[in-house]
Amino acid sequence: MFADNPALLGLATIVIGVGACLGYFFFSNVVLDKIIFPASGPNAGRNINRANMVRPWLFLFPALFALLLYLAYPVFETLRLSLTDRDQGGAFVGFANYSQMMAEPKFWEAVRNNMLWLIVVPAVSTAFGLLVAQLTDRIRWGNLAKSLIFMPMAISFVGASVIFKLIYDTRPEDQNQIGILNAVWLKFDGGIGSVLMLQVLPSMLLIGFIVIVASVAWSFARGIIAKGEDKSVWLLPLRLLVAGGALWLIWVSVGSLIGLWIGELPYGEAQTWLTVPMWNNFFLMVVLIWIQTGFAMVILSAALRGIPEETVEAAIIDGANPFQIFFKIKVPQIMGTIVVVWTTITLTVLKVFDIVFAMTNGQWETQVLANYMYDKLFRANDWGVGSASAIVIMLLVTPILVWNVYNARKEMR
Amino acid sequence: MATIAGKKSGLVWAVHISVVFLVLLWLFPTIGLFVSSFRTADQISSSGWWAALFESEQNEVYRAADPDDNRVADGDMFVVTGNIFEGEPREIRAWGISSRNVSAFQPGETAEMKDGENVTLDADGNYVWRGNDKQLSGRGQRIFITATVPPEFTFDNYRTILFSGSGQDNMAKAFFNTLTVTIPATIIPIVVAAFAAYALAWMEFPGRALLIAAVVGLLVVPLQLALIPLLRLHLGIGIGKGYLGVWLAHTAFGMPLAVYLLRNYMVGLPRDIIENAKVDGATDFQIFTRIILPLSFPALASFAIFQFLWTWNDLLVAKVFLIDATGSTTVMTNQIVELLGTRGGNWEILATAAFVSIAVPLAVFFAMQRYLVRGLLAGSVK
Amino acid sequence: MTSLSLKDVSKSYGEVEVLRNIDLEIEQGELIVFVGPSGCGKSTLLRMIAGLEKITGGTLEIDDVVVNDVPPAQRGIAMVFQSYALYPHMTVYDNMAFALRLAHKSKEEIDTAVKSAAETLQLTQYLDRLPKALSGGQRQRVAIGRSIVRDPKVFLFDEPLSNLDAALRVATRIEIAQLKESMPESTMIYVTHDQVEAMTLASRIVVLHGGNVEQFGAPLDLYERPANTFVAQFIGSPAMNLITAEVTATGNVTSVKMADGGHADVPIASRDGDIADAVKLGVRPEDLTVTDSDDYLVSAEVEIVEALGETTVLYFKSQNGGEALIAKLPGIHKIDKGTTIRLTAVPEKLHLFDSEGRSFLYR
Repeated sequence: MFADNPALLGLATIVIGVGACLGYFFFSNVVLDKIIFPASGPNAGRNINRANMVRPWLFLFPALFALLLYLAYPVFETLRLSLTDRDQGGAFVGFANYSQMMAEPKFWEAVRNNMLWLIVVPAVSTAFGLLVAQLTDRIRWGNLAKSLIFMPMAISFVGASVIFKLIYDTRPEDQNQIGILNAVWLKFDGGIGSVLMLQVLPSMLLIGFIVIVASVAWSFARGIIAKGEDKSVWLLPLRLLVAGGALWLIWVSVGSLIGLWIGELPYGEAQTWLTVPMWNNFFLMVVLIWIQTGFAMVILSAALRGIPEETVEAAIIDGANPFQIFFKIKVPQIMGTIVVVWTTITLTVLKVFDIVFAMTNGQWETQVLANYMYDKLFRANDWGVGSASAIVIMLLVTPILVWNVYNARKEMR
Repeated sequence: MATIAGKKSGLVWAVHISVVFLVLLWLFPTIGLFVSSFRTADQISSSGWWAALFESEQNEVYRAADPDDNRVADGDMFVVTGNIFEGEPREIRAWGISSRNVSAFQPGETAEMKDGENVTLDADGNYVWRGNDKQLSGRGQRIFITATVPPEFTFDNYRTILFSGSGQDNMAKAFFNTLTVTIPATIIPIVVAAFAAYALAWMEFPGRALLIAAVVGLLVVPLQLALIPLLRLHLGIGIGKGYLGVWLAHTAFGMPLAVYLLRNYMVGLPRDIIENAKVDGATDFQIFTRIILPLSFPALASFAIFQFLWTWNDLLVAKVFLIDATGSTTVMTNQIVELLGTRGGNWEILATAAFVSIAVPLAVFFAMQRYLVRGLLAGSVK
Repeated sequence: MTSLSLKDVSKSYGEVEVLRNIDLEIEQGELIVFVGPSGCGKSTLLRMIAGLEKITGGTLEIDDVVVNDVPPAQRGIAMVFQSYALYPHMTVYDNMAFALRLAHKSKEEIDTAVKSAAETLQLTQYLDRLPKALSGGQRQRVAIGRSIVRDPKVFLFDEPLSNLDAALRVATRIEIAQLKESMPESTMIYVTHDQVEAMTLASRIVVLHGGNVEQFGAPLDLYERPANTFVAQFIGSPAMNLITAEVTATGNVTSVKMADGGHADVPIASRDGDIADAVKLGVRPEDLTVTDSDDYLVSAEVEIVEALGETTVLYFKSQNGGEALIAKLPGIHKIDKGTTIRLTAVPEKLHLFDSEGRSFLYR
């Protein structure tokens, strides 16, 4: 009866678990000080010093144990599993799992979608976060506004998926549309307003995007050709990577720009948004952007407040307008924070699983790596390929890991 | 800034309007869910939730009372009187007697039919139906009305989700399961991490810097990597799928952030205070419990909120380490995903279930936002 | 009776040696001040006595017991930190009672000790407050009270006044002096970089510089008979003038002459071998007087005049690459800048240092 009631069980665990933790720390200290190295007798002084050399490890032990067993060990174990085959009793099969994975179109679809997610979500979230942080900085109800935009942080990915499924909902032609997106969509009829809103405006946004990407790509690519730039060897792959990625992005954007104008938009027809190939990815991304913008805003807002007021005042006296102040004085000063926000959201994106799982489960070309892995693991029961895809995620995270550790060590000195 | 001379007020207005727009855009989805959870299945499927907030015009059909039972002689004619509304009255805007023109008449007007038969309908629903013996027989006259309906909300969905309903719809068990997962998985890592953080912040021992760097590294390891090896481990040592496994997993997965956050905070406490406690005769254990813990409350609260939100909202860890084939230990996120599959169109159930699951985190969020923000600022690796 | 003794104590962090061969004997009831410029090792020395830093060489004895390996709490010391280090989450009462509670003293004992300390320091009405509700001076007194309740053998003060503003600093300095008066049996060690605190509070001063003890003595001893040029210039404000000179006669009275023609007969003994050596003649600015006679110490051109009312400070142009010279004359003097004047001093007020900076008195 006791074990049946989850509330009582939970309560018992809390008491036992927390009690055991505290008991461990307390008694291990007592044992150390009173029994192993007693602080009395002829060797009192030396014993105290010895006890103090052991004590940190007593304090660290449970945490270290958890970290090693649950995070460090699995990295290597997953690597090992990715080189074995479960059906052959765990025999070593080399890179067979990887080549099997590479041969699957679903995997490449997941990689492509993940790349899109990695570019779009951090960029849009950070941009919106910065925008809101700046706009709310000086207005009286700014804190209220921030707290409301921050709110989705508390909502689970699953909850958010339900919320957005309601927005994307589709009803048959003859019924009232209850999804707001379709209700709005049906207001467009192909007239001048529709052209402005659905063709001209998106085109301008796309062109703006292409310009930004191109300028970023150029600033990276220039280093390969130009003289006087830092030509260290390890920067070259990075430059090539960024430039290549940017070219791909421009290619995709130009494609959609053309598609926007030659394709006939299906005015007046309710759309099943989550099944429109390519675009449905963006509808899924919106969910994560909705959640992550608040995070970006909070951190960037604190960074904006940290900017010395004098630099802004000096710029005003020098005759800068609000936009110049924002882009030339404020943004450069918080560049470090922007990078931190960007990488943090990137990490979240790499692990995103719940949204795709709950909304489309990877159908209609919306697969991502984390969900692909879950699929392999628990539906196909293929631990080899599942582990291989997990390793791919780990590889994508590794640059950020190295960068973080490097920075943390630099800061500690 | 507001004090600076010659500043344009137009820009200030633009800022205010943009912020209002953005806030509404961000709030809109959640409000949609919230409003939908108070509507009946019929209401949800017949109109968008935004329509529920306002009075709406509705077309309805009523029948006059059965003339064979209710007619009263009036001279050589017969009359049936009554009120078309049996329950709550509506405010009638217009009415008609034919489906081809449902709003032909204003309230109080009389609709003349063939051979002297007529119907008079007042705004409050009282009608008088007059006609001869033949006309007033058979079934009651159909009356079409156009009425304004005030916004109408119901708690029925919550009753279904929380207290009754078939096993699949009822979230009460999942709610308690989620609590059972969440609370130990929030408290235990705090205790363990706090001791480790103290050691990393204030105790001297070889390898300390290396350990801190390792914690920073583990901070970003995707937990996807841990799934298979740990599930194998749990199955291997007999923990299997269940609460113990999910508590251990959450404790360990939260550990890097907990140690990192708490160490960063503790290292910022003044050295003098800790040394003074040493001079006062406190042991490391006493310094930790009497000085460090009380002073680290803000950081502990920050992490507690993080861990609570993360464990409450988690789906993946629960699916892998907790929920077995019987499904008796399902958590709310998982149940909602299952509802999405089986009852995809039943928005009243889905919306209410989702709102039940996000209500607790939202309450925690608004109550302790200050600590959450502080934790975010401290937790993002600089 | 010796309360505290350091024998050949040294401290090094890896290769870096921050304190070298410190020997000090401190008697019970003394108020010893460690003074020196920042980075001289005075705080490190104090923290070694407290037990917060390990001693890497030599021995430290408190009441004739070697305490090198004894943890801070068992050394019978109490410490007042520069930042006061009050526990922010405890009331004043709990702050003062904390150490006694850790020592498992009885409730009554704790209460009596705290109440009487609070009485002494006029803190009785603040016992229930948290530190953040106190003014700087009150926090300072709580920190002192916290050490009093422990009834230690040795009080340690680590720059306790440096966080107070100027007026409060003077008032608290006097309070500490009174506190010492009321506890003649307690030994106190006080670290400061402020020589005024050192001179006013100390029964003896330890001047530290670059990890060495430069001089250990009573305040006026240090002022009147500095052991070397460092102490000579560190104690006293403005610092002592050091004028390059050449020994012209030795004996019980040493005669020196300066490059610009000045000369002096200093009543300090010198050896025969000192003749014709280059030495430094030390004279404090306040000992210099203006003279018209040919029997002068130095003559120099006035560069800046600071008329303060009670004194007039004259800054002279340094001559032929020599040291700048400062004179502090009592009262108001009408002297224009640019004039060249002659200065002299009573021979008893003059000091002589050899080429290595050591005083002739201590050779």
